[in-house]
Amino acid sequence: MDLVEFLIKTATIFSVFVLTLVIAMYSTWAERKVAGFIQDRMGPNRAGPGGLLQPLADAGKMFFKEDFIPALANKWLFIAGPSLAMLTALLASAVIPFGSTFRFDGHEVALQGVESNIGILYVFGVVALGVYGIMVGGWASNNKFSLLGAIRAASQNISYEVAMGLSLIAILMMSSSLSLGEIVAQQHGANWNIFYQPLGFLIFITCSFAECNRVPFDLPECETELVGGYHTEYGSMKLGFYLFAEYINMFVSSSIISVLYFGGYNYPGMDWVYEQLTAALGSQTGHNVATLIGTAVFFGKALFFVFFYMWVRWTIPRFRYDQLMNLGWKKLIPLAIFNIIITGAAVLFLKPVITSWLN
Amino acid sequence: MQLTNRSKQVSNKEMTLMERAYLPAIATGLAITIKHFFAKKVTIQYPEVKRYLGPVFRGRHILKRDADGRERCTACGLCAVACPAEAIQMVAAERQKGEESLYREEKYAAVYEVNMLRCIFCGLCEEACPKQAVYLRHDEFVPVFAERDQVIWGKDLLVEDMNNRYTREAWTKEEAHVLDAKRAHGEATNVVPRAIP
Repeated sequence: MDLVEFLIKTATIFSVFVLTLVIAMYSTWAERKVAGFIQDRMGPNRAGPGGLLQPLADAGKMFFKEDFIPALANKWLFIAGPSLAMLTALLASAVIPFGSTFRFDGHEVALQGVESNIGILYVFGVVALGVYGIMVGGWASNNKFSLLGAIRAASQNISYEVAMGLSLIAILMMSSSLSLGEIVAQQHGANWNIFYQPLGFLIFITCSFAECNRVPFDLPECETELVGGYHTEYGSMKLGFYLFAEYINMFVSSSIISVLYFGGYNYPGMDWVYEQLTAALGSQTGHNVATLIGTAVFFGKALFFVFFYMWVRWTIPRFRYDQLMNLGWKKLIPLAIFNIIITGAAVLFLKPVITSWLN
Repeated sequence: MQLTNRSKQVSNKEMTLMERAYLPAIATGLAITIKHFFAKKVTIQYPEVKRYLGPVFRGRHILKRDADGRERCTACGLCAVACPAEAIQMVAAERQKGEESLYREEKYAAVYEVNMLRCIFCGLCEEACPKQAVYLRHDEFVPVFAERDQVIWGKDLLVEDMNNRYTREAWTKEEAHVLDAKRAHGEATNVVPRAIP
């Protein structure tokens, strides 16, 4: 790796993180705006044009609030909790392929923080660590209710991770690769996984709602029924980190959904567009412009799912905790296993038949 | 008693397969909420846009002057007696020679104070006043205050400004309804406000 490549790599990783943070920041604004529109009101519109400076105003407010640590709390763990939640949420964004590759002067730069051939395993590993952020926060608060809330949140996250992983296996069986870049490349054009895996997609999206602690699975932090959850003792920017981590999680899981089931940067007719562009602008510029269009398509898909999260939030009421556990263990996991069996049978028996037909 | 025509008979019947499938119901719900996304917003941008309060709205108090600019109030104290919240206090004084252009009668209120924390805006002072001097404005609230010395409003705030006289088009609910009906039919577009009797 020479110096140029090193610099390019550093810049890519840096910009991926900054991009994720900015999108998460503005999803807090978007959430309030969507909530307003769905409830027939305007939402924030005082800070800046259309309320666009609202995230900055919120951040300012959180910084000026009292930074309180309970006397008997474990001080270091109390600070580590929100940092862990934020860190794990942010780390997962490193392997998301935002687009195909940029070409200039013989260098090929992938629009992806890290090109890893175990990308999806890495995402799951890092997302699973998010439970520590919650658990450490609840434990370090030295408050029985926070601890109970943390245990509740942890058990929910872990049980939905099982169904999520199982629903994903069907995708892995079809693509026989763990690399996110490879999975996207296989869904070339309109050959998206959603058409082969509708059931898997439903399970996956349900589980990612639960993983992000969003309505209808937001029991870890519902303040109305259960008087706060693991973050009862948190205030100021430390609480802000927990809430912000939720929005980062939202964007990351929307990106993962878009990559796994909706073809990431692929769109129908992309080959034709690519040919036209390379013919018109030369091979390098045409390739780069085509990549930019693909990236825009990717963000369109990912941000639609961010919107979908908010849309669902104002539609479906919260689950009761036993219903939530029932759904996770008794409905989603059997369905996911059923999906694996069907996919396995299809891959084993149907695929050779179809390929022999085609040949 | 039926209040709306939206009531529905509740039943305990078995759910159909479609209903039990759960997902169609979620899709219906999502459709309902997204419909609101594009609906007309009912919000009013308050400090810039203010809703019309109606001619019988009871807002902040005003002490009227007559057509010559003389104060109508004679400090009889009937408003204070009628006030259920005991928010009104006044000190009467005698009109001196040369003050005929200031006060209509021989007696006037040297001090007239309304405690805005006590006032319940019931409008009984309006009704009690025999001189048509005190009114609750239909077009202005009592502004928000944060200081103790802003609670009690003296004559400096209450007495009418002759350069910006307060009039209203309708004085009773019935008159207001008649006026609204006329407006709706396009009959009365520009109603001349009636002088206060």
